[in-house]
Amino acid sequence: MIRVGDAARAPAFPVAARRALGNAQLRRNVRHATDVIRNKRAVVVAEMSDWQDLRESAHQIKDHVLQHLDVYLEQFEDNCTRAGGRVHWARDADEANRIVIDIIHGHHEREIIKVKTMTSDETGLNAALEAAGIVPYETDLADLIIQLGADRPSHIVVPALHMNRTEIRELFQRTMKLEALGPIGTDPQDLTNAARAFLREKFLRVNVGFSGANFAIADTGSVCVVESEGNGRMCLTLPKILISLVGVEKIIPAFGDLEVFLQLLPRSATGERMNPYNSIWTGIRGGDGPQEFHVVLLDNGRTTVLADEQSRETLDCIRCGACLNACPVYRQTGGHAYGSIYSGPIGAILTPQLQSMQHSTSLPYASSLCGACYEACPVKINIPEILIHLRRRIVEEQGGPLGERLLMKAAALAFADSSRLSIAQKLARAAQWPFKRGGQLSALRGPLAAWTASRDLPAVPAESFRDWWKRLRPDSHEPLRGAKATSNSGGGGAPPR
Amino acid sequence: MLISLFITCYNDTLFPETGKAVVRVLERLGHEVEFRAAQTCCGQMHYNTGYARDALSIMRHFLRVFDGAEAICIPSSSCVAMIRDHYPKMAAESGDAALRRQVDALLPRAFEFSELLVDKLGVTDVGAHFPHTVTLHTPCHALRALGVRDQPIRLLRSVRGLHLVDLPGESECCGFGGTFAVKNADVSVAMLADKIGCIRETKAEVCAATDNSCLMHIGGGLRRQQTGIRCMHLAEILAGQDGQEGQAVQGGGRKGRAAR
Repeated sequence: MIRVGDAARAPAFPVAARRALGNAQLRRNVRHATDVIRNKRAVVVAEMSDWQDLRESAHQIKDHVLQHLDVYLEQFEDNCTRAGGRVHWARDADEANRIVIDIIHGHHEREIIKVKTMTSDETGLNAALEAAGIVPYETDLADLIIQLGADRPSHIVVPALHMNRTEIRELFQRTMKLEALGPIGTDPQDLTNAARAFLREKFLRVNVGFSGANFAIADTGSVCVVESEGNGRMCLTLPKILISLVGVEKIIPAFGDLEVFLQLLPRSATGERMNPYNSIWTGIRGGDGPQEFHVVLLDNGRTTVLADEQSRETLDCIRCGACLNACPVYRQTGGHAYGSIYSGPIGAILTPQLQSMQHSTSLPYASSLCGACYEACPVKINIPEILIHLRRRIVEEQGGPLGERLLMKAAALAFADSSRLSIAQKLARAAQWPFKRGGQLSALRGPLAAWTASRDLPAVPAESFRDWWKRLRPDSHEPLRGAKATSNSGGGGAPPR
Repeated sequence: MLISLFITCYNDTLFPETGKAVVRVLERLGHEVEFRAAQTCCGQMHYNTGYARDALSIMRHFLRVFDGAEAICIPSSSCVAMIRDHYPKMAAESGDAALRRQVDALLPRAFEFSELLVDKLGVTDVGAHFPHTVTLHTPCHALRALGVRDQPIRLLRSVRGLHLVDLPGESECCGFGGTFAVKNADVSVAMLADKIGCIRETKAEVCAATDNSCLMHIGGGLRRQQTGIRCMHLAEILAGQDGQEGQAVQGGGRKGRAAR
């Protein structure tokens, strides 16, 4: 089954957003965290004279890969296999989870240590592992916080940004059972020490490591993971067995392409020039690191996204989260409102598409189309364009809400012909009188009630611009010659008056 | 120059004073203004909400109405962005070669109001007088789609008596976003609250912009909260002269040229 976490059961965005807006703590944390990353990003991006060229290069590399994905995937499989890796293909979330579980069961193991892997959140791997009697340990600090709190990630890069240190201290105190450490303070150093003590024991004991991939390199068969805490390096090098779950869109053609992406990704994601840990490995090597390496290549709706030319560049995403930090909607609500592990602007286009527009159809409307996401995106995904495209798909495939459809139809009729627009203006002027107070409308009914609940709306004034022009410059108010004859707008041409 | 005014549907209906102000400024600068009465809308609302077929019909009508216009002045940055960003794509998608040619011919002649003044006509001082403290909201479409940010600033700086104050958080959306303001009213209002906070911080009497759709949103919030801060389209400030500030233009100047 194609699945994006539990997004299929999530409430519609406006409902979830309303709940989030009522949480002052969450909003303060989200605002602070996104401000910090934004400011850091701005500094390290500004120092790059070729930033726009890098973005364009990345966009073109990704575009090229998506057009030849079949070729590059097979090339990756060949080269990875030749280096001693084993490549598995998973059509959907369930198949991927089953492959991973079978590998672990095959070795009679009961635990795995995990590097932050959004793709495994997408497939719901942890729940599947637990159901199969396997204990997964998240080792990224924020993911550990989420796991211990049975919480949901609220950001692609910093998934626990909705929690503050006091909340984290309480969580650690309750769940880690670290008697030796004594009471944990709220100092970041204390919290880190607690996490370190908790995790180190797992790093040294557990035999199966699990990761996602930032990039899978076709011409060498290598996998690349970048991270900041060193937990990734532990998971990738200490265990005997390593399993990497990789979305098929993570392929890049050549090792040399990392030059582009490793400049863009850390700057966009955390405002760093370089990630503290950059791990790139190719198959296995005797006596050094894991002696068994599996790659699970995951589709889970990606090839369906690929089939839509208008929106396939959604798959260019390198999961940096820059669009979240830039987004004025995300900055109000945080990630949970998006009902998916993929939140913010990229989540608003990725989640519904992966699920074949069956769920999450409120997400493409969760944007004011301000364009801040497109501006921030290091691989130049035109998110506003894709949002509009998805709205169009919803309207054309599922039909918009009835009231909206009627309103749009009526407006289209009025806009086909200026005499009808004049009539519509007169009707609006007449209809508003019960609501009008001092030139303003303050309590409308119907869909516009959502506007006037918190904002005034100017009343339609006594004279439209066109009527003013006609009154004062009558000689200039002539019909549009020829419009009638050539009209095919479905509503007739301009009126001879 | 003969300048054709595309007033836009919502300015026509809700903000006629903006249109009058545009006419006044352009005529004061010695240009002729025509108003092609068959004009209606650019199709932005339909397009952005997902009603692309209706938007295409509206675009065809727009192209017929403004066929052959020397320069089109549009006092709404989001409508200009609709035309510049989406018309070429819509025409290409329609597979109609004639339509593509029409769009190609239109684009170099369609200007946002401040863009027309500064970039096309080379004017920054329009002889205006407006003795008030003003802050400028830059609409997202102006900032990101059109790259129109400095033009309104230069125009406002040349207005006598006007004190321009920077608006903090300038690049943040006000939360309007067309149907977003209704479909996601709660988030929209939360965004507006931040914007209003920034505007109040400036202590300005007037918040100006190149787009009345943002101003309708911001102004709706400012009024509901009884802040006393007015919203004014840039054109209405530029139209102000000694003793006439903020007043409706009553058909002054030369008569407009007959529309085609």
